[in-house]
Amino acid sequence: MVLTPGGSGSFDAHHPPRRELLDDCVHCGFCLPSCPTYAVDGEEMDSPRGRIYLMDLAERGEIPLDRTIAGHIDSCLGCLACVTACPSGVQYDLLLEATRPQLERHVPRTRRERLVRRAIFAVFPYPARMRAAALFGVLYRRLGLRALAHRLGIVARLPAELRAAEDLLPPVPVRSLFRRPAPLVPAAGERRLRVAMLEGCAQRVLFGDVNAATARVLAAEGCEVVVPQGQRCCGALNLHAGLEDDAAARARRLIDTFEQAEADVVVVNVAGCGSSMKEYDRLLADDPAYADRAARFAASVRDVNELLAELEPRAPRHPVQAKVAYHDACHLANAQRIRTQPRDLLRAVPGIEVTDIPEADICCGSAGIYNLVQPATAEELGRRKAANIESAAPDVIATANAGCLLQVRRFLTADIPLVHPIEILDASIRGVPLEKARR
Amino acid sequence: MSWSAELAEALGRENVITDPARLRTYECDGLTGYRVQPAMVVLPRSAEQVAAAVRVCAGHGVPFVARGAGTGLSGGALPVADGIVISLQRLRRVVEVDPVNLRAVVEPGVTNLDISKAAAPYGLYYAPDPSSQQVCTIGGNVAENSGGAHCLKYGFTVNHVLAAEVVLADGTVTTLGGDSAQVPGYDLLGAFIGSEGTLGIVTKVTVRLLAKPAAVRTMVADFATVAGAGDAVTGIIAAGIVPAAVEMLDNLAIQAVAASTESVYTPDTVAALVVELDGPPDDVAEQFDEVQEICRQHGSTKIMLARDADHRALIWKGRKAAFAAVGRISPNYFVQDGVVPRGRLAEVLGRIAAMADDAGVRVANVFHAGDGNLHPLVLYSEAEGQHDRAERLSTQIAELCVELGGSLSGEHGIGADKACSMPRMFGEDDLATMLRLRTAFDPDGLCNPGKVFPTPRLCGERPGPYRPHPLEEAGVIERL
Repeated sequence: MVLTPGGSGSFDAHHPPRRELLDDCVHCGFCLPSCPTYAVDGEEMDSPRGRIYLMDLAERGEIPLDRTIAGHIDSCLGCLACVTACPSGVQYDLLLEATRPQLERHVPRTRRERLVRRAIFAVFPYPARMRAAALFGVLYRRLGLRALAHRLGIVARLPAELRAAEDLLPPVPVRSLFRRPAPLVPAAGERRLRVAMLEGCAQRVLFGDVNAATARVLAAEGCEVVVPQGQRCCGALNLHAGLEDDAAARARRLIDTFEQAEADVVVVNVAGCGSSMKEYDRLLADDPAYADRAARFAASVRDVNELLAELEPRAPRHPVQAKVAYHDACHLANAQRIRTQPRDLLRAVPGIEVTDIPEADICCGSAGIYNLVQPATAEELGRRKAANIESAAPDVIATANAGCLLQVRRFLTADIPLVHPIEILDASIRGVPLEKARR
Repeated sequence: MSWSAELAEALGRENVITDPARLRTYECDGLTGYRVQPAMVVLPRSAEQVAAAVRVCAGHGVPFVARGAGTGLSGGALPVADGIVISLQRLRRVVEVDPVNLRAVVEPGVTNLDISKAAAPYGLYYAPDPSSQQVCTIGGNVAENSGGAHCLKYGFTVNHVLAAEVVLADGTVTTLGGDSAQVPGYDLLGAFIGSEGTLGIVTKVTVRLLAKPAAVRTMVADFATVAGAGDAVTGIIAAGIVPAAVEMLDNLAIQAVAASTESVYTPDTVAALVVELDGPPDDVAEQFDEVQEICRQHGSTKIMLARDADHRALIWKGRKAAFAAVGRISPNYFVQDGVVPRGRLAEVLGRIAAMADDAGVRVANVFHAGDGNLHPLVLYSEAEGQHDRAERLSTQIAELCVELGGSLSGEHGIGADKACSMPRMFGEDDLATMLRLRTAFDPDGLCNPGKVFPTPRLCGERPGPYRPHPLEEAGVIERL
């Protein structure tokens, strides 16, 4: 029996996983087939039911917070497919978010884990550093260094985490690394809404084109798009990794920045960012100076697919002839429950056929920083996802999350274009071929 | 070498679990009331590794328990403290789908629903459909002879398995059954299916596939009384109609479903029947009208017809998630499983309601009405100290089924849960005969011991239903 003074069993007193939430699990196992890690190795401890069991034991003080439980909570992608699958309404998302910071506080990480995490959190949330890294990536490819490094076997000798990072960097044109949307894009015709757009961190560097397309489509649909200047990282990566304090600090700053834009809606085109921003109310509930503002902010956040589905289409759609495999990003489908809207938006484009992917509800393995810190599982899931997508033989793959775009691209064996759904809408509204719209 | 070292060597260290915290996640299956931490869990990657693990156990006299998805509701996969659990979750290959001979060969860890998914491109499916079909594995289905909503027309697992490769208690690998529908000699496959893991471990299953029916029609008929719904079921069967499924939900169950999914059921109806017909379109259309007429004759207050496949899927989604959904209206519950002759449905439901009132706990009913297979869900609160009362009521309900000429279990198995009730249904001679069959396969009792047969829990205790031990009566020991 291990008891932390003032806490619940082995957990400390600062927001431990709540007993009543743990009790919601009736151990039926309906979550098992939805869990990516369970699909990979079939071990109970790496299933939602098993993880809840471990949390439960720790909450009763029957097992300590040590590397064993930390390993099984670390291995969770946080895809929340289990929340969707659960018939008993277990809020695994809340349990996971309560458990991760506890483990961060009580279970020391190895030197290697600390280094990898420190590097990730020193680069990803900072667009300038991200741009430098991406620029290095571009040069690395262009100058033939990549081929050389592979030929000399240097890459093969890198630690798995670095190897994953090396492979994930997409071949982007240098020009697009520096592309920024205009600070204000006026609405076409009568203004229906004033929306403030999140640029994202990796998003604005690696997928500047998607941001540009998002602003164009929203403007065409009657939205005045303002891009608040000086906006920084939303803290999604920190939040999902259990770094609660850092996430809260970033949330406060983002609220400050966006409040000044005085927009009706905050629009996001990255599923992971959007789902965290919708949780700001919970994240800042204990902060008297921000609790109300966070609640108002969270309520104003919309994924771009969600927002467009709420607006009666105004801009005419031109035909785009393509069979599109739509891949559900977990943080859109499970965390925000946005599944039909992107499909409906795509189907409304003449010529588009939306096709289903086998095992659609299993995560692609991207999951925030997961593919960098758990490279082996992520790789297996990535291959599985790519094979499933290819089996549907699509002309184009669409997914509404930066992480998924990078991850799926890495494992595709066929040369199939990967886009954000908004890019297809953009091409359709502008009446240009998809490949041209992206340039 | 110790048996644990031998197992680690035979299977590879990455395929065994010995850490206490990890082992605890295997201490129960879908029935959480019974928990035992095993000494080790092994996760073989092939049938050969299963056999190797069993050989080590046989050599050292170590008991072993096979486990599929761990969704069983009778504690069939409950571990043994000084034994091992053999998880079959790494044997998940669909080996072959043979559309010409209408069969598929699968490994035991393949889920029930994945067989139908693999067969779907050929217009085929695997008929038995336990409510947990998306999770539960075919290996577990074979062990428990699992049923499901559509077993009324299509029969249980035993009617759909042609052959099984099994590892016997001494580690021998053999195949029971065969490719042809009729194999001469003793029906050992029949004995094996439903043996709840006490005769061996299945490592490969050849299942029968059926062509999807040409037409399917589904309705939900509401009733103002449970008795009315029960009589309607009897009426439908008496009219010579064999529906694909007839399911009943009472109001508490409907409330639970409404709390969990997009419910299509009438929230305030006392009872609802789900009736599904399938077969040639003309027959289905004709009988579908007839069923509606019968329901109205028995006082149905409203009949909703499934509009299309999506609507039908919603009806079934609610029904199949009902057990787990009960977690939304009650902190704890027991799932009971018993059978009564169909004609006594209304009577047994009335008596269950009276017993629940006496015990001061609620009972929700959601079950396979067509074959009289009840699933009363006894709702209680552990925190309010209702556990013992609820457990007693649950056992009384199962025994009531036997009293009314039915059975202790329809499809969930006896497992650890009902072993002590077996003497209510079977005489000493019956049990002795079953035990002889069991020992013919497993003379040392290593294969899932403690299940099915009533065993003494204390030294000197007689097997069978609970009677206080003399030392308990004297206040010397306490039953935990």
